[in-house]
Amino acid sequence: MSRQQANKLAVGVLTVVAAIVVIPILLVIVYVVWQGLPALSWAFLTEAPRNGMKEGGIMPALLGTILLTLGTAIVSFPLSIATAIYLAEYAGDNRLTRWIRMAIVNLAGIPSIVYGLFGLGAFVLFMGFGTSILAGSLTLGIMTMPVVISTAEEAILAVPQQFRTVSLSLGASRWQTIRYQVLPHALPGIITGIILGLGRAAGETAPILFTVAAFYVPELPRSIFDQTMALPYHLYVISTQVPGMPLQIQYGAALVLLLIVLSFTLVATLVRTQMRRRREW
Amino acid sequence: MAVVQKSSQIDAPTDATSQTNWGEWFIEGVIKVAGISSIVIIGLIFLFLLREGLPAFLDIPLRQLFGTRWYPIEDAFGMAPLLAGSLIVTVGAVVIALPLGLTTAIYMGEIAPPWQREILKPIIEVLAGIPSIVLGFLGWIALAPLIQRLGAPTGLTAFTGSLILAYMSLPTIISIAEDALYAVPKEYRGGALAIGATQWQSIWRVVLPAARPGLVIAVMLGIGRAIGETMAVMMVTGNAANIPSLGSGIFFQPVRTMTATIAAEMGEVAQGSLHYSTLFAIGIVLFVISFAINWLAGRLVGMKGMRRSRRGGML
Amino acid sequence: MRKVRAIEFVSLLASLMILVSACGRQPTAANSAGDGGPQRAIQNKGSDTLVNLALAWAEAYRTVAPDVSIAVTGGGSGTGIASLINGTVDIANASRAMKESELEDARQNGVEPQEYTVAIDALAVIVNQANPVSQLTIDQLADIFTGRVTNWQAVGGNDAPIILVSRETNSGTHVYFLEEVIRQGDSENTDVFAPQTLLMPSSVGITSEVQRNPNAIGYDGLGYTDPAHEKLIAVAKNAGSPFVTPSVATGADGTYPISRALYMYTTANPDTTIAAYLDWVRGPEGQQIVAELGFVPLSPP
Repeated sequence: MSRQQANKLAVGVLTVVAAIVVIPILLVIVYVVWQGLPALSWAFLTEAPRNGMKEGGIMPALLGTILLTLGTAIVSFPLSIATAIYLAEYAGDNRLTRWIRMAIVNLAGIPSIVYGLFGLGAFVLFMGFGTSILAGSLTLGIMTMPVVISTAEEAILAVPQQFRTVSLSLGASRWQTIRYQVLPHALPGIITGIILGLGRAAGETAPILFTVAAFYVPELPRSIFDQTMALPYHLYVISTQVPGMPLQIQYGAALVLLLIVLSFTLVATLVRTQMRRRREW
Repeated sequence: MAVVQKSSQIDAPTDATSQTNWGEWFIEGVIKVAGISSIVIIGLIFLFLLREGLPAFLDIPLRQLFGTRWYPIEDAFGMAPLLAGSLIVTVGAVVIALPLGLTTAIYMGEIAPPWQREILKPIIEVLAGIPSIVLGFLGWIALAPLIQRLGAPTGLTAFTGSLILAYMSLPTIISIAEDALYAVPKEYRGGALAIGATQWQSIWRVVLPAARPGLVIAVMLGIGRAIGETMAVMMVTGNAANIPSLGSGIFFQPVRTMTATIAAEMGEVAQGSLHYSTLFAIGIVLFVISFAINWLAGRLVGMKGMRRSRRGGML
Repeated sequence: MRKVRAIEFVSLLASLMILVSACGRQPTAANSAGDGGPQRAIQNKGSDTLVNLALAWAEAYRTVAPDVSIAVTGGGSGTGIASLINGTVDIANASRAMKESELEDARQNGVEPQEYTVAIDALAVIVNQANPVSQLTIDQLADIFTGRVTNWQAVGGNDAPIILVSRETNSGTHVYFLEEVIRQGDSENTDVFAPQTLLMPSSVGITSEVQRNPNAIGYDGLGYTDPAHEKLIAVAKNAGSPFVTPSVATGADGTYPISRALYMYTTANPDTTIAAYLDWVRGPEGQQIVAELGFVPLSPP
């Protein structure tokens, strides 16, 4: 076999493998959409499940996921963004900073089920919140921190150094410089991080298993100390726990969950592209 | 800079560049405190795992804790089958994902024309975004029957889990590997081609060796992703707590992973019971494993590479 | 001026944190003080065998007492009982009676559980419809599920490996099957499920696997099985006795050998709302639903 033939063969193999990776992904999406679309309707999104969840919609689970996502945002962002500002603007090149960075990298690597255990031990039992929206939001919020921190820090670091120099030389304080020069320019990047973190939180099941998710609650939650149904757990429940569950409802729930999470990814991508296009430095 | 400082500066200490007042001082304080929050949180996580899980290490002899039988209703808390289960599923996932991921990264980085790259990248990102429960649902409802039809005694096997995990860790592996390839200077390729190498030779002999540290980290983090996954694995691996017999069929047996054990059993246990502590002990083992993976990866490429790559899996 | 906004934001955050840490647990059972209020919530948790029945009861009870809201959660009998002991639920569902150790735990926590039998469940042994085997003795079942017999040929079937499917260890069904079938009620017997047994986190997992796997055998509450999709095995108590197919009738008259009571537990002297609900559950309307879902209703007193 000549070198040229070998090259052709290698390139051919590479192409085939790339196709092996991509085609199943497309198949999964198309399949879920194909099977789930007939179930989708306004009623499916706005009605509570009926008749042992075999009829009706997914509204309480959908609402629960929205509430949890909001809760995650409230818990995660102030702390994550403050951390990102600290790392990008205040931290010196010292041992403490290295420790912080190491902690963030390790936080990102902890399995989500371990976050669930932590939430159970710390929030549900120790702090006495019970299985509640509060406990779930705190758990998910902490879990999303590494993603938000690293995206936000990168966005802040991407703001050119001259912006800071100019602002400081005009007499602005360090905080004023950050607040009025750096953050506005870093905002799109920070938002990307936020959306990515939220997308991850919305789709996770393991961390909410013991901290908030309910099999079935007839009432919508009235306070942050209530349990709620949540879409990922609801999908788990209806696909494995309820006998005689119509397939259509299962695929419908899967499709809604997929759409929610993918729309987060999509928005993040759009914000990022927009940001790159607008950037003039 | 539309800010006009009106607040009193009478006894606030000022220096040349900043006009300090209490509000600013407070905010900077908050930021500095927030800065160390990650350390505090990771400490708290470990503390709470230890608080609940320590009794298992104290009350169960280690020999028994890592014994071969897991049957909690009779106080048999041997983690060996669970460790073996996690190991097999993870190894299977890496064996599948590694060639696929690296090859795709090479294809995207070295061969694909730009328009293809523009299509491939978002597709991989979409894969990263699919919730694990959705993949588990499809694995349970569609993949498992398919694998059974291919001749396995049951569709719920380690292999089924590995296949799903492989696809779940592909985005991580691909994007980090792609970054690593991208970081190889253009001149290397140009040089290789100039002295008459084919495109493949240039990739195989020059680009890959140069990108090796990054590729190693891609693999490590892919492993980290696979070993920690819970829901998808729980739904498709059959959850039988036996030590799989070695041999050619090793990947086609049902296994029970550590993560699935926690998820399936934690709902049931009475707080403070030995079983409860043991599930937290499994959590500690997972926590330590994830640390070890990060430590090893950090060792291999240094902290800076780690930080960059961590986000790589996401976008 | 804009700086003030930032300060406001931070103080808002700080006060939020203080608020959060100041609020302790809201005990779920605390609502009992609000009897006669417009809304009364009952927390109901436990056995997965009972969860769908409990759900059906909770839904139907809305038409009887619209002001009572019943939240139903599964998780296994142990979960429900543990929660009752911890005081986080009002009613625990269990597919087995409370163990002595659990009763002790409860008393230590100052809880005196009260037991109510709410339905009877026949445990059906199921195989794939393509499987020629249609009857087994309890001895044969014990041999199969402990792994002493691994090929269908040994019990009159095809030459094919037996795939065992069971519920997770946290379910009362698992424990009942272990004690009454595998160990045949002998407390000295230490036989257990074969280690290669597939453990399904749910009842549906078992029926699905049996439906699609021609060599699988599993067991499940009668209410979860459907003779149209899987084959229900006729079971004989021992070699000489007749083989009986599980059904509501054979469960009710006691001829089917593997059946058990399903329970609800409350704390002693539950308040009127809970007591009224349990009366309704055990009354004709509640038992009508039991029959509709394929469980065995209690015989009228």
